[in-house]
Amino acid sequence: MTALRAAALRGVGAHRPALREDNHAIAERLDSSDEWIQARSGIVTRGVAAPDESVVDMATSAGGKALAAAGIDPADVDLVLLATCSMPGPLPGGAPEVAYRLGASRAGASDVGAACAGFTYGVAFAADSIRAGSADTVLVIGSEKLLPLVDPTDRGTAFLFGDGAGAAVVQVAEQDGIGPVVWAADGAQHDRLTIHGAPPLMAMDGRAIYRWATTALPDLARRACVKAGIEPADLAAFVPHQANLRITESIVKSLKLPSSVVIARDVADSGNTSAASVPLALARLIEQGEVGQGDAVLLFGFGAGLTAAGQVVRCP
Amino acid sequence: MTSAATATPAELLAGLAEVLDEVAGTPADKVVPEAAFDKDLDIDSLTMVEVVVACEERFGVRIPDEALEQLTTVGDAVNYIAGAAA
Repeated sequence: MTALRAAALRGVGAHRPALREDNHAIAERLDSSDEWIQARSGIVTRGVAAPDESVVDMATSAGGKALAAAGIDPADVDLVLLATCSMPGPLPGGAPEVAYRLGASRAGASDVGAACAGFTYGVAFAADSIRAGSADTVLVIGSEKLLPLVDPTDRGTAFLFGDGAGAAVVQVAEQDGIGPVVWAADGAQHDRLTIHGAPPLMAMDGRAIYRWATTALPDLARRACVKAGIEPADLAAFVPHQANLRITESIVKSLKLPSSVVIARDVADSGNTSAASVPLALARLIEQGEVGQGDAVLLFGFGAGLTAAGQVVRCP
Repeated sequence: MTSAATATPAELLAGLAEVLDEVAGTPADKVVPEAAFDKDLDIDSLTMVEVVVACEERFGVRIPDEALEQLTTVGDAVNYIAGAAA
């Protein structure tokens, strides 16, 4: 047995679909308005995958960009983890095809469930695989094509979701750049957010999820900071799952984060992209220069299951 | 904290007004028993969840989501809290 090793984020990549849809067309279908949608969610516009733009296509695009950003040859990847809940069918998972298309010919590949928390679960699995010596380089991707799974006339969900993918490379490092994960599940509330039926459609009890997110999650987020040895107020940025801006603002208030902490609000431009939202939001903060190398960022995923997972990472 | 079990309806109403001011910035003079949360006080469904959570904390009662459907007016909420604490 070897001693535990260290793991760190290396590069981040984003795939935002070229097609966009703003609130106006959706508002018309729902007999509501742009203002109504923005007041309830903070969402202004969202990416829409084209009919021939699949979960695997978007994952491959984002994964390739993350590898390029990290300067890593795909052939050196040991493991590809794809977090998604929107593959066209239960089999096969998407990760093997993503690995194949990227040229990650040596890599193992597996999908990760955990819905909107899938990416942060994936980062934890990746970091711990590296620490244990099972892998040196892991590509973690979140990719979702959710809009075909949403009933366009459901006032609770039609305006909330979007499509896209984000990815990050996790690699063995001299110094740990990924804090211990804090994770949780509340299976008593398993029926609060589901995709079921024929054709499969999303069903969400928004009020129950909002209550859980705003009451149970701040404490988990605080514990992720404690485990990483950092005060929430000393974070450079907070990147929660982009479920709804109202949830983000409520958690920010509960954590008493000062204005010096950058808050990811990518939901305004991307909608809720489930497992893709955390890497997409992180990628945007990096692209816009709002966080820099070495900055402490709290990633925090939460969603159907119910599931949650968060960890403090050092920005690549 | 006001104990809901011993509070009078007027005290519960005043406590609810404070919660509404805190959560949604609702002026206290608008918080009357007949006022409807959505139509008169502009409280939408998510804000209502925050109001309920704040009331649970303040009054030490449990207000499940299922009960929320029936809480249309300020008076409904005061009665529910009084009943839940009794």
